[in-house]
Formats: sequence, C-alpha cells, structure tokens
Amino acid sequence: MIKGKFIDNLPKVYGIYTGGFLVFIIIMAIAEQAGMTAKMIGIFFVSFTVLIYALIGWLSRTLQTDAYYVAGRQVPTVFNGMATAADWMSGASFVAMAGGIYFKGYGYMALLVGWTGGYVLVASLLAPYLRKFGCYTVPDFIGTRYGGNLARFSAVIVLTVASFTYVTAQINATGTIASVALDIPFEIAVYVGLASILMCSMLGGMRAVTWTQVAQYIVLIIAYLLPVFWISNNIGAGFFPHFMLADEVARIAELEGQFGFVKNSAADLATVPKGLSAITKAHSSVNATPWAFISLAVCMMAGTASLPHVMMRYFTTPSVRTARRSVGWSLFFIFLLYSSAPMLATLSKISLMDPNLATGIIGKSITEVQALDWYQNWNQAKLMFVSDFNGNGTLELNEFFMKGSAVVLATPEIAGLPYVISGLVAAGGMAAAMSTADGLVLAISNALSHDVYYKIINPKAETAKRLIVARVLLVLIGFAGATIAALEIQGILGSVIWAFDFAMSGLFFPLVLGVWWKRANAPGAVAGMLLGLISGTAYLVWVRSGGSGFLGITQLTFGIVGAAVSLISMIVVSLITTAPDAATQKMVDDVRVPSGKTILGKQH
Amino acid sequence: MSKQEQHWEKTRNLLFITLAIWFVFSIGIFLFGAEMQESSIRPFGYPLTYWFTCQGSLAIFVILIFWFAGRQEKIDDEFGFTEREGDQ
Repeated sequence: MIKGKFIDNLPKVYGIYTGGFLVFIIIMAIAEQAGMTAKMIGIFFVSFTVLIYALIGWLSRTLQTDAYYVAGRQVPTVFNGMATAADWMSGASFVAMAGGIYFKGYGYMALLVGWTGGYVLVASLLAPYLRKFGCYTVPDFIGTRYGGNLARFSAVIVLTVASFTYVTAQINATGTIASVALDIPFEIAVYVGLASILMCSMLGGMRAVTWTQVAQYIVLIIAYLLPVFWISNNIGAGFFPHFMLADEVARIAELEGQFGFVKNSAADLATVPKGLSAITKAHSSVNATPWAFISLAVCMMAGTASLPHVMMRYFTTPSVRTARRSVGWSLFFIFLLYSSAPMLATLSKISLMDPNLATGIIGKSITEVQALDWYQNWNQAKLMFVSDFNGNGTLELNEFFMKGSAVVLATPEIAGLPYVISGLVAAGGMAAAMSTADGLVLAISNALSHDVYYKIINPKAETAKRLIVARVLLVLIGFAGATIAALEIQGILGSVIWAFDFAMSGLFFPLVLGVWWKRANAPGAVAGMLLGLISGTAYLVWVRSGGSGFLGITQLTFGIVGAAVSLISMIVVSLITTAPDAATQKMVDDVRVPSGKTILGKQH
Repeated sequence: MSKQEQHWEKTRNLLFITLAIWFVFSIGIFLFGAEMQESSIRPFGYPLTYWFTCQGSLAIFVILIFWFAGRQEKIDDEFGFTEREGDQ
C-alpha cells in the first residue's frame, strides 16, 4: 500500500527532495558567510547527501525477488530515465570528462559522441526486446534464448570482466573524492566510499538502487550546471553558455596562437608530479584523424549497447513501450550534462588564460601565481604545479600543470566562486561515482546469484535463501573492488574505456543477433562470447606489452578486434551446427511482438 | 505473408532508417571533420565540427530516439500488437 502510494507520488516526493537540497545549499552559503571553514562545508555536503541516499536505500528494503532484481517492474518512464542517467554517468563523466576535453580537445570529444550515440543502438536494437523477454539479468536472456548452462555461464564471465574493470574505477573515484572532502587518507576513504555504496543497494537491490539513483541524478546535475552558468555570467560570457561561448572559443584560439605551444624538455617534465599535464593541444581545432576519432566513438557506442548495468535498467519499466521511451529520456538527461562538459572546459581555460580577466594567470609573474590561495591548496593536493622552466620569471602556457580531474573540481575556486560551490561539486562527483558503482556491483552480484547460483547450482533454492546469497555476493564483490581500487593500478578514465571494449568484445553480437537473427544458436553464441573476449584481451595484452598493433587499433579501441572475431565466429559456428529448434524460433517470434506474455514469468 | 511477418518487415525497415540516420551523425560526418571545420556554416558561431561534437550530434540522437519510439508505436498499433493491461 505504501509502495503504491510512493509510485503515484514520485513527482511530489522528488520535488520536495530537490527543494530541500536547494535550501541546504543556501544554508551552507549563509554558513560560509558566517565564517564556517571550507573543510567543514565539504564534510557537510558529502556526509549529508550520502546519509540521504542511505536512508532511501533503507526505506526501499525488500524480501521479494522481482523487487530485488527488477524493482517490481513499475518504474515510470521519466524516472527510469533519470536513474539510468545517474547509473550511466560515472566518476569519469563527471570528474574526468571536462578535464579530458580541456587537455586533448577534439580527439577526446569522440567520447561525447560515442557515449550518446550508443543509446540509439540500445533503443532500436535491444532494450524493448529484452524488456519483452522478462529476464532479471543479461545472462538470463542469453541463457534462455540460446539454451544451456554453457551459454549462460559464458555471458556471466563477460559481464563480470567488463563490469569489474569498470567498478574498480568508480570505487577509486568515490575514494578520491571522499579523501579530499572528508580529509582522510585514500586507503581508508576507499572503504568509506564502499560502505556508502553498499548501504544504497544491499537491503533493497534494484528497487533501492533505482530510487537512490534518481536522488543522485538530481544532486549531480545541479552540481554540474550551477557552476557552468555561474562562471559564464560572472565573466560576462553570456547568460546561457551553451549557445553563447563562440567568442570565447575563438578567443582561446587567438590566445593559443599568441602564447604558442612550447614543447617541454624531458628533463623539465621529470620535475612535474605524476599525472599532471600542461595544455599542448589546440582547444577547438580538428586534431585527430577521422579513423582515430571514429574508431573510439564506435567502441564506445557498441560498448554502451553491451554493458549489462545499463541494459538492466530497462528491465524495470512497466512495459515494452515505456522501455523504448525511457531510453530517450535517459539520453536527454545525459545530454544535459554532456553538452555542458565542453562549455565547462572552455570557461575553465578562458578563466586561466585570458590576461584581460582578473582570474587569468598565464603571463603573470610566477611568484604572484604561487602566492594565490587556491594554487597553494591544489598544489598541496598534488593536482597543480607551476615551474619557471625558461627562467624569465613569467608563467608561460607550458609552465602551468594540472591534473585532468582538477578541471571540474578546481574551476569554481579558480573562477572566484564561493567555496559552497566547490562543496556542491564534490557532492555531485560523489553522487556520480556512487550511482554507477551501485549499478555495477548489483549487475555482477545479480548475475552470480541468479544465473550461477540459482539457475545452475541450486535451482530449488527458496526465495529467502536466494536473496541472502545475492546480498552476501554483493558485499564480497564490493570488497574485492575496493581492495583492487586501493592499489591504484590504473587511472579512472583508462579503465572505464577498457570496460566498454571488454563488453563490446564479448556481448554485443550475441545480444543483438539473439533478437535479430533467428538462426543464431547456442554453440555460435558461446563461440562469439568466448572467442570475442579472448581475442580482444589478447590484443590488449599484446599492445600493452609493446606490440605494434594493426589498422591503428590502440589499447583504447581493442573492442574492434574482439567484436569482429566475435561476429565472424558466431556466424560461422552457428551455420555449421544445427539450427535452433522450433520452440526457440517461436520464442524469438514472441520477443519481436510487444503484446502478449513475457517469455519468462514475473517471478522466476 | 502473415500479420506477424508484415509487422516484422515494417519494424526492420524502421530499424534501417534509424540506423542510417545514426550512422550519418555518429560516423559519416566525422570522416570530413577537417573540411567541415573550415565551413562558413557556424551554428551559434561555433566552428561546425566542434559544434557537432559538443551539441549537434548529441541533440540529434535524443530527437532520433523519440522519433523512432513514436514510429514503432504506430507500427505496433497498426497490427494490434500494442500491449494491453494485464499482459505482463
């Protein structure tokens, strides 16, 4: 009864929540004026929002399998769109993307196109059909469509490899933000982040994750857009930056010409802290070959359509029709942030570069820059660095270094906004990383508990036992992810891109052909998944260990190799083995029609 | 041809149109990134290629999905394959 009421009252509930959050920001702003320290503001922002998510997670606890696995299939279109957007936009999107655009320009913007274009594939090729299928997890679809435990298990392997690569990056991001905002060591902060993630998902599974993700989306989008609009208005660039920054883009190009891109010597670079870089590429010129741009975009698009934590969000809508529309809403909510990232990069750059602005530092004397408050703070956090390489006493473009993630986190402070905005941005970054980590940890543990434990090991398990297994696995996977994240093997962005390539190598064609090619059978699908994953991984290892690669395929686009092998092996093996039986063909026919019963029952 | 086959044929044709539009704005135009950047067409004053990567392609994808969903619903309605209450 309360649940029914809750669903009917969603706009009101989240309206009040949003209003409450805005009031909280205003209270913090007043507290800052009254003399509250920057550190306290950061602590308040992060802990207050995390506690709200935990509360939602606790309120959404459940003992039913369909609520735990697919939120009872009653999430309305627009809200599912918001939840998917939060699920989708990770610490990489929030914290790293604007920084990537800031440093690499056009070549990097392939990610913007790839991470949005993939949704067209999701909407047209997969989501409505998988919703009609009525599965709980992605391997559930593979296992039932192709038949057999081997196919199901292969799908679990691919899912685990891709999602686990992704989740370590997200736990890393929550740890980074928690350590800066709460001022605790990274090794401990990682586990604080993990505890917050588990609080959101453990008791209520998909249902809890859904309602926390909606709450997290609201926080992260406010946290991203507010500084963009504020800075734009502050420097007089225009009240609606997205349509009004053309002059600034042109001005950056002019300044780049004036300052010039001086290449630093290796000896000079050795003195710069690890991971920091200076601007070396033009802001808006086309600086990548068509193939470099397109191959990266293609990998991100196919990866989008294969990543299980995204796909399973569309299992939660009430119908096939709403699943389709929900993809559109997801992309709309993602678009709001992605179209702002290049604007933030532009504003950040012009604030630092333009000598006509009070905030500009390039061309000022080194000692003057070193005396700036914000420089000292971020330099201490090892995220910024200046050095007078040419000894002329003036800061040149090639003498200012910053870490990619600092672009989003530090820009409000650089542009002279009150600290309350920096606290808000930290809370937004935390929300982005947590929401994605939640979805990923749940995707892995659901696949292991539903597909491996219930479908393969113990089909007679009772509901209560299944849900206990699911929760134990959730905690174990979370800890494994946090332990690896604490080792800091890789950067956030690199591992996110790898996750897309892994997913694309193993799952893209088995999923798509499962719906669109009736002749596809179990041996073909198994060959497609395993050979695709193995060849993609082998290519990655080869290129990483100094291999030259071929066709300009790099370690960021190895999914092209994996997916090609997957497609060919799937077709060849399917054709030389027997066609699927009549029952399977009928099942595919039923999936293609929205009306009628789902293939798998409501509770299975 | 049975009703279901006709429905699937129309669905498939819609898929091809959708993917063709998708291809143009996610892959096709970026074959000519350098040329387009020099174009005198400058939406909101931004260089053309830059604008497509920031906003243009992204916005087109959003519109494309909603257009696709609407067309597919029409096809489902036409053949009476739209879900009814209690189907689930």
